Amino acid sequence: MTGRARTVGQIFAIGAVALLLGLLVWKLAHNSGGVADDLAKGKHPAAPAFELSRLDPADGKVSLADLKGKPVIVNFWASWCIPCKDEAPALQKTYEKYRAQGLTVLGIDAQDFRGDAKRFAKRYGVTYPVVYDGSGSTLGKWGVTGFPETFFVDRSGRLVGERIQGGIDTERNKAAYLKGIQAALGNPQ
Amino acid sequence: MIRLLAAGLVALALAGSALAADPPRQADLEAEIVCPTCKTTLDQSSSPIAARMKSYIRARIAAGDSAAQIKAQLVDQFGPAVLAEPPKRGFDLLAWLLPLAALGLGIVVVGALAWTWSRRRDTDVDPPDAELDPDLERRVDEELARYED
Repeated sequence: MTGRARTVGQIFAIGAVALLLGLLVWKLAHNSGGVADDLAKGKHPAAPAFELSRLDPADGKVSLADLKGKPVIVNFWASWCIPCKDEAPALQKTYEKYRAQGLTVLGIDAQDFRGDAKRFAKRYGVTYPVVYDGSGSTLGKWGVTGFPETFFVDRSGRLVGERIQGGIDTERNKAAYLKGIQAALGNPQ
Repeated sequence: MIRLLAAGLVALALAGSALAADPPRQADLEAEIVCPTCKTTLDQSSSPIAARMKSYIRARIAAGDSAAQIKAQLVDQFGPAVLAEPPKRGFDLLAWLLPLAALGLGIVVVGALAWTWSRRRDTDVDPPDAELDPDLERRVDEELARYED
């Protein structure tokens, strides 16, 4: 092989290796557990922004920025998820109980049929706002790994309390849920 | 004869349209649609949403929708990642073109290397009809003459 051909071959091989390394780094950097990881480490990261249409698109869109200044319980769910059915009445009760204090519940229906989600909301008497994220575009940023999962956002838009995996009204999660509500409201515990 | 040919063509056209109107097969669609939670095709998944999507596909086939219509409805609900094969347009076209480009580049690189090696071999070996050095030729002639004697 001539010297020039060898040099070109080496540059080509080094370039290919650098490209593969770059892809690996990019994948690792974008494969983190979202803000849920930071929350688990005791940090209070800003809640990832989103703007999604309501279950009925004619009702317009909701963004997290629209709710700034309000404590928010963000609940990820899907109509096919059994614990989501179990916790829906408890979420609705929370919404009714704390609404006067400015707290709102925001449901994010993900990886679901919009029609199924509408029927679910009707069946379980859900009146708090619910948005639709069929493709699950929000899940990665929030670090959601299953349904249901619940987060608490305070008035400044930061995550507080614990991320709750599973139903909110189970024995395991009840205490963390109540603490999360108080943290979102800004009440000392 | 012309009538016979025309009748044959009409029959072929009708057969073609009949084939085109065939309903999509459930198994084919299940192999072409990805479950959004487990990221495998529906035929490989038994998750609750995969089961729901299978029943949706069954209902749409029964309602007379084409495969393209059913896929479009699922993309509308779950986004383009629900398709096992990316669409051949826009940015997704890269998924189809990049492997072909890499193959083409590989062929060019291998061809260039083969050409370089073959050229080096050509330059290493003297061509058979190359003229001998006059001195060497004279000595060869002398040696050959000795054997002839």
